[in-house]
Amino acid sequence: MSKDIIEMIVDNVLQGRRNKDDEGIEEGTVGQPGVAELVGDALEKGIEPDKILLEGLSRGMEMVGEKYESGEYFIPDMLTAAEAVEAGMEVMEPHLVGKGESGGKGKIVLATVEKDLHDIGKNLVAIMLKGAGFSVTDLGIDVPAARIVEVAEEEGADIIGLSALLNTTMINMEDVVKELEQKGLRQKVKVMIGGAPTSDDFAREIGADTYGKDAFAAIREADKLLKAGGDN
Amino acid sequence: MSERGVIISNPYDRLSKEQVELIDKTSLELLQHPGILCYHEESVALLEKTGAIIKKTKEGEHDAWWVSIPPGAVKEALETAPSKVTLGARVPENRVVLDAEKTRVHFGSGSETNYWLEVEPETYISKDNKGERVFPIMKKKRGNLELLCRSAHLADQFENLDFFIRNVNVQDADITTDNKDVNVFFAALNNLTKPVISGVADLEQLEKVVKMAEIIAGGSDELRKNPLVAFITSVIKSPLQVVDETAEKLIAIARLGLPVVISTSPQGGSTAPIDDVGMVAQVNAEALAGITINQLANPGAPVIYGAVPVRARMDDLHDMYGVPEFCHYTMACAQMARYYKVPCYSTAGVGDAKVPGIQATMEKMLTHTMVPLAAPGLVHYAFGLLDKTQTFCPEQALLDNHQIGMIKFLQRESGVSSDTVEKTKKVVEEVMHSPYRMYARYARGMLRRGEIFSGFPFEGELEDQDQTLLLAHEKIKEMEQTEVKHLSEEICNRIFDKIPGLLPRLNPYREVK
Repeated sequence: MSKDIIEMIVDNVLQGRRNKDDEGIEEGTVGQPGVAELVGDALEKGIEPDKILLEGLSRGMEMVGEKYESGEYFIPDMLTAAEAVEAGMEVMEPHLVGKGESGGKGKIVLATVEKDLHDIGKNLVAIMLKGAGFSVTDLGIDVPAARIVEVAEEEGADIIGLSALLNTTMINMEDVVKELEQKGLRQKVKVMIGGAPTSDDFAREIGADTYGKDAFAAIREADKLLKAGGDN
Repeated sequence: MSERGVIISNPYDRLSKEQVELIDKTSLELLQHPGILCYHEESVALLEKTGAIIKKTKEGEHDAWWVSIPPGAVKEALETAPSKVTLGARVPENRVVLDAEKTRVHFGSGSETNYWLEVEPETYISKDNKGERVFPIMKKKRGNLELLCRSAHLADQFENLDFFIRNVNVQDADITTDNKDVNVFFAALNNLTKPVISGVADLEQLEKVVKMAEIIAGGSDELRKNPLVAFITSVIKSPLQVVDETAEKLIAIARLGLPVVISTSPQGGSTAPIDDVGMVAQVNAEALAGITINQLANPGAPVIYGAVPVRARMDDLHDMYGVPEFCHYTMACAQMARYYKVPCYSTAGVGDAKVPGIQATMEKMLTHTMVPLAAPGLVHYAFGLLDKTQTFCPEQALLDNHQIGMIKFLQRESGVSSDTVEKTKKVVEEVMHSPYRMYARYARGMLRRGEIFSGFPFEGELEDQDQTLLLAHEKIKEMEQTEVKHLSEEICNRIFDKIPGLLPRLNPYREVK
């Protein structure tokens, strides 16, 4: 008996297959439909986008997280699975607009702060957040505080995520917090920070809401911030 | 063909071709002048038939003979010595096939240590903040049969251990010269499925040990095809002396047609020159003398060139293993054995350090990395040895197993080919046009195919304390809980019926009853 299409979406998230051209963890999967094709099929069959999102994509990503926690999966597995979810979300997006779900869990603007050119960590966070169902706008590297806040305001972001690798540039994170305060947005937009030289203490020092030590912590912290709502 | 061990793609030649020939010539000249001092009459008789010049002498109370061995006798022995030697095992996939013309290296344990170092975690309270901390405390025990069985069981599980040399000197009250060999061979054969190599303490016991192996192998012919046991004879007492009793064993084993290692272990600075040239010329001459006697006793008998040259410490003349000279000596010897097309038995991984730690790791990493590069067929002493070779520590053996895994991984081919560079270009193109320009997807493929080294398995989480040994201890405890692959009940009982001297407590089936 053939598998239910939702189960196939879950399987392909676990395999990290964005589309039919991707290899999975198991060999011999190239040519078979990946997440993008399966989500398209599911929508055509009239399956509700909520069901595809929650029982397919999100469930798949939760299982990936469980496998990571148990040591079965590694970072490359998480990232490829997140990419597969992102491919599925792109197909879903037109169907979510108007249903109040286009932003998934919430909207996040990410950037590496001004004068800092490092982006590996920030990219990992972006991929993982997208895989976890957040809508992410990634502004890239060396982004001035004013520009970050401007985009956050335009997009109606819930969270600004800031990255820095250098102890000479991490101080620029504080400028973003100040800019939000000046524009009267601080109560509306949460700030989370990350990067090798940063810490919980540093987050408190500059008035940020939270610190994530890695991409997984970033997902947890983002979830917590959104649940906490406007308690800032 | 053996699939165990690792192939060294480009062996490191410490000596040039001319230097190899020069050492060969020098060793042969040393065997003529001064020659060897032989305490074993039958060996003298065998050598005399080759045209050796013999001169009887007296060393203290013992008869001895100066023997000037003609180069032709050595060359003839090297002609008859096989270049391939099989070390059998209870399961076919664990057999080791040594081929002196190939460069596959196998790693094994050994040798008899007096002490077993037990790691015991103990909790301490900090004087400063009253916080609790767990530290590994080391406790030394005298070796016994039970520890030998435990060691063999662990050795069976170390994926990078290819052959077992007894690493615990059993000191039980009921072990005597008359029953030691049968009991220690049985303890090994009944607790692991890999090749067993060992010395014999008493020539009288050799026949019983072979009979035991024949029962396990399924007969006399089967044992020769699948020699579950091989032997080590330290026939040479450096410098250049042939020991009476050991030569007797060497000849007996040769006539049984079973593999034997000619092991010579001079110490640079006391029983051999400390310099590279002098050491290698002498140890090579000693190994050649042993091979010659072995082949004269039984031409074509499986024999292994064993060289274990060590350096003396300058403060107390104890052996030193974790020093660069040790690598120089052993790597040159491996090259000499390959020149003679005789399989080589070599050494790496001994810690001069008394306990596991930074010193041990540095010493072990040096020789574990360097010696295999010279591509000896067998590398013994590679698991768990500390305090020169006085102490065996199972946790250290586990760490050594991982270190050898790294050394084996180092030998992987680069994989550069016209196909792979085309694939690389395609991947780079794809990644450069992807949103985050990351290669994680491609890393995953290699990860899942086992092409990425797994990293250090004993990495702790504390930021201010090394937890390696504590984590290794946890793993050892787990490994000791696994089922032992004993011989079948029928074979065990047959062995106990046929071989006198075995201690009943070693039979797992009879004990259960």
